[in-house]
Amino acid sequence: MMRLERLSTIAAAMVLMAVAAPLSADPVDDQLVVNGELELATDAPAPEHLQDRMSTIYSGWRFRDTETRDMQRDDFDNAMFLTVDAGIDLWNTPDGATNQSCADCHNDIEESMRGIRAAMPRVTEDGELWSIENFVNDCRENRMEAEPWGWNSNQMKQMTAAIALQSRGMPVAVEIDGEAAEFWERGREMYYTRFGQLEMSCANCHEDNQGNYIRSDHLSQGQINGFPLYRLKDQGPVSIHQRFRGCVRDTRGETFAAGSQEFRELELYVASRGLGLPIESPAVRH
Amino acid sequence: MAQNVRPRVRVPATASAGEVINIKTLISHQMESGQRRDSDGNTIPRSIINRFTAEFNGDLVIEMDLEPAISTNPYIEFDATVPESGEFVFTWYDDDGDVYEDKHQVEVS
Amino acid sequence: MNLTRRSALAIGAGAIVVTMLPLGARADLSDDAQALVDEFAGGAELSEGGVTLTAPEIAENGNTVPISVDAPGAESILVLALGNPVPGVAEFKFGPLAGAQKASTRIRLMETQDLLVLAKMDDGSVKTARAEVKVTIGGCGG
Repeated sequence: MMRLERLSTIAAAMVLMAVAAPLSADPVDDQLVVNGELELATDAPAPEHLQDRMSTIYSGWRFRDTETRDMQRDDFDNAMFLTVDAGIDLWNTPDGATNQSCADCHNDIEESMRGIRAAMPRVTEDGELWSIENFVNDCRENRMEAEPWGWNSNQMKQMTAAIALQSRGMPVAVEIDGEAAEFWERGREMYYTRFGQLEMSCANCHEDNQGNYIRSDHLSQGQINGFPLYRLKDQGPVSIHQRFRGCVRDTRGETFAAGSQEFRELELYVASRGLGLPIESPAVRH
Repeated sequence: MAQNVRPRVRVPATASAGEVINIKTLISHQMESGQRRDSDGNTIPRSIINRFTAEFNGDLVIEMDLEPAISTNPYIEFDATVPESGEFVFTWYDDDGDVYEDKHQVEVS
Repeated sequence: MNLTRRSALAIGAGAIVVTMLPLGARADLSDDAQALVDEFAGGAELSEGGVTLTAPEIAENGNTVPISVDAPGAESILVLALGNPVPGVAEFKFGPLAGAQKASTRIRLMETQDLLVLAKMDDGSVKTARAEVKVTIGGCGG
């Protein structure tokens, strides 16, 4: 036991040393204009609940290299649109015992899904906190009588990407008061809780060390307004909870499941740290 | 066996005679390199798109041989001269024998 | 291309060594790469210039590195990644309706290494260009 503890302390110290190294770079000074016409703000004054800790919030786009940023300036260079296209096909494809498609009830995705992603996750009428994936599966199971999709399945990412696109450019609009407050508080607590052998919290990297390098990774604020997004490392789409899992795993911690209550609460809190930024999905990150 | 392969091509719908136009193509494909191993240590067999061609009214614009070092979802951008109205045919050849084709009309005014 | 933490570390260390080697030493081609060059050049002498290779100096992720090649008047262009397990990357052949003898694509680079580009010109000569791309190994596996 002693040995393990010492090891983890040493490991944590090494990581912190690496993080604390004098390698720091501010977010790049650049403007995101998509397809030469859609301007997406990549910084904003920090929302009120964050103002005692930072003055400005930045999109993760501002922490990436030129080549990665360029891939998001044009929807054709952005490989996430393969996922979006597949999602729009799924929207129009009948499935389940009722042989209905999303479009049969919701009609045009551009109309009916506008703004949906910006307000996610949100509290349902039954008082549960749901992410967009929960709503999709609720429709599949209870209206279409179809099999639910896995949280990180290709189909789910395709559908959520197609839905998220309909909010692109709209400000993040999650509710954090009222019924959402208790979920938000728990998400906030989780954000500042150290996990894993390395004993690192979300805040250690994305608040205390934003702009610094952890090895060669330029640490962003961990904003999620670009998700689901195309990650170059995965060479494919990545969901919010998938990214959370990766982060917790990197602390050498036992991670939570995609779709878990914990991750939905964390999603709400992290989303609220982006209040003021526009939805950027489908983004491209490294 | 490649699944859910889907091409995306951007070609202007109109051009003037003899104009040089920019074309971007993207196709969803894993591009399994044959270099990776699964969790049991077995090599995952190579499965890639190995050839791409772009033709306009039957004449070659560009041809590309692809190796496993081409990224997942191969992206290819190039320029083409459009002498008259007609049709671009883009063709991707898969290791597994499948051939994917996409066609685009260009109107010359 | 799935790197374990350990192999990523090893590559990270290797990258430093490669960077410190003198240029001459890095010019050596593996047998595989040399065979591809010989086959493409078909005995023609190689000379620098006449072909432009555009690639990032530092690639944030080696899985998706955007590159462009441009060789006015070329019949074909061969792209090699000298530090990959298999050096061949792509070969472009230009037809009569090519608007320019240039193309862009996205490639995988296993580690920091040189890219070598050869362009076969219509007079039979072969032009080359070479550039190093540093591939960074990030801290976040995700």
